Amino acid sequence: MTRETTVEAKAVGKTFGHGTSAFRALDNVSIRIDRGEFFTLLGPSGCGKTTLLRCIAGFESPSVGTILLSGRDITAEPPNRRPVNTVFQSYALFPHLTVTQNVAFGLEMLGRPKAQVAATVARMLALVKLEAFAGRKPAQLSGGQQQRVALARALAPAPEVLLLDEPLSALDLKLRKEMQSELKRLQHETGITFVFVTHDQEEALTMSDRVGVMSAGKLLQVGTPREIYNNPVSRFVADFIGETNFLPGVARGGVVRLASGEAVAERVANGPVTVAVRPEQVRIAAAGTRGIPALVARCVYFGTDTHVHMTLEGGVEVVARVQSPPSGDAGFAPGAKVVVLFAPDSVQVLDD
Amino acid sequence: MSIATEAGRERQTARNGWLLSAPALFILTAGAIGPLLIVLVYSFLTPAEYSGVEWVFSGEAWFRVFWKTDIFDGTVSLNDTHLAIFWRSVKLSVTTTLITFAVGLPTAWFIATRPPDQRSLWLFLITIPFWTNLLIRTFAILEVIRNDGILNSMLLGMGIITEPIQLVFTDTAVLIGMTYVYLPLMVLPLFAAIDRFDMRLLEAGYDLYASRWAVLRRVILPIIRPGIVAGSILVFVPSLGAYVTPRVLGGGNNMMIGNFIELQFGQGRNWPLGSALSMLLLIVVTVALLFYVRAANTDRRDV
Ligand SMILES: Nc1ncnc2c1ncn2[C@@H]1O[C@H](COP(=O)(O)OP(=O)(O)OP(=O)(O)O)[C@@H](O)[C@H]1O
Ligand SMILES: [Mg+2]
Repeated sequence: MTRETTVEAKAVGKTFGHGTSAFRALDNVSIRIDRGEFFTLLGPSGCGKTTLLRCIAGFESPSVGTILLSGRDITAEPPNRRPVNTVFQSYALFPHLTVTQNVAFGLEMLGRPKAQVAATVARMLALVKLEAFAGRKPAQLSGGQQQRVALARALAPAPEVLLLDEPLSALDLKLRKEMQSELKRLQHETGITFVFVTHDQEEALTMSDRVGVMSAGKLLQVGTPREIYNNPVSRFVADFIGETNFLPGVARGGVVRLASGEAVAERVANGPVTVAVRPEQVRIAAAGTRGIPALVARCVYFGTDTHVHMTLEGGVEVVARVQSPPSGDAGFAPGAKVVVLFAPDSVQVLDD
Repeated sequence: MSIATEAGRERQTARNGWLLSAPALFILTAGAIGPLLIVLVYSFLTPAEYSGVEWVFSGEAWFRVFWKTDIFDGTVSLNDTHLAIFWRSVKLSVTTTLITFAVGLPTAWFIATRPPDQRSLWLFLITIPFWTNLLIRTFAILEVIRNDGILNSMLLGMGIITEPIQLVFTDTAVLIGMTYVYLPLMVLPLFAAIDRFDMRLLEAGYDLYASRWAVLRRVILPIIRPGIVAGSILVFVPSLGAYVTPRVLGGGNNMMIGNFIELQFGQGRNWPLGSALSMLLLIVVTVALLFYVRAANTDRRDV
């Protein structure tokens, strides 16, 4: 299957302010997003996700670089000429218009004939299951319903790309889960490219075809959720996506050893490294068997899992995630002596 | 049982409410409705020889508001003088309202989009004219637009015109004066409405393919409509009854209804006619406002 690119950013940079107060919000960001893809931008607060989205939508113009849409340079095009729609974090629904009128707005501005507008609006309202609320004003809707109106309004003109800036962050957990699958369904049914912004790593992993991880204006890694989770390119990515144990190590003679002397991985280049292991890949065995000796510090109960915090020789802390037994008590008393083992191929070696 | 006591309590709350508002109601009745009633009664009396009224019922004043009798042959015809003055007043007031809106909207927008710490300064500047007496401000305008005033001297000096422009004692002068005087009354409610306007809606509009003009017409104006309605009423109503501005800038010939009413109580020595004209003005304003507010609300429901 050949992949066709919808949005492409080429070496985009954005600097706010001048002189000493200048702030670089985007730094040489290059990205290609495939047609029909669910692409997620993930990163901590203030890393430039919204800024990148606004550059694509046209509300912000990049200081350097170009934005392409289906191969066409749109860097200089105003937002109302770009076939790109946004679902705003605040929803930004028109308070004076009904649900129907909100959804029809974009189509009317495009000058579509009345009958076609009515038909599309009806289809969109059915898609987001809001037919019963067609005549209401936004103020008479719940947060989740407003969210769906915002979605329908942005989807109605059938944009090439839909930009979603943390659309779920204002919803409570249950509604958020519901809207996550709703979004996936909508994306599937419409086939529109979604560029989704979140700082919730679980949301990013469960929903996306590909994820771009950002930090301080830079795009650090782009890949499928699996690639990002299992092969993070840096300590930052490993730490930001899920929880990770970081252990100091040294690579010498092709082997990476922990401070305890245990060989955990192979590596050609010599020097100090960081060894990263996901908590669910850490096994605990009885003291005396083969493994790295450790001391149980405490257990934290999470419902399905229990996190066992342990200290290795030299004071390094390691967390293991074990499935909670039916009794709920994982059976590791603080102070107990154990050994830890890392599952084969679960160890990542990162440069320091 | 409990329902009965609840009803009793409610009655008592209502009674307390009336008691508390009694002073205000008294002032309202005595201060607003009382004088109106006097004017209404006077409009049905007979003018006294010099001034004041004689307590004899007469519909003459109301008749004279609309009709006039020819002094030679006694034929009755429509009183075009009165109607012309009414029409002029309405025309000038509507125009003033439109101009203050056209000037006031960008002004209010400018102020509302300043950083918060600068906004109060701009609002303060807008209200400075209120510190000076209206008469003095009007004479200041006269000073500017007089034939040998600042404006004409400047234009003459720069060679843009060779003859002074006759502004004083024209409708244009009255319009300039009223626009200047009533502009703050338009800007302040517009500012209040724009201040509450969520600027993110502009981006939502542009995002949905609206041009700047479409965003103004379809998003901004409908949402700030309460401010537009309030500003228009605040400008239109006093414009219609304006007295000082047309008197000073319009001269004796460019009368508005306010000046004409004053004339009846002064030189005209016809208090009943003045009263009838006042009542008519009140009715015109009330009806106009009813229609205006209703139209404004219907629009909002339908758009
Ligand atoms: N108009 C602006 N002027 C100056 N600085 C700005 C402007 N807009 C954004 N910034 C700065 O650029 C940086 C990136 O902002 P951005 O809104 O893109 O972050 P974000 O990744 O969306 O964060 P969040 O997750 O909190 O929404 C921030 O440090 C912000 O302060
Ligand atoms: Mg943001």
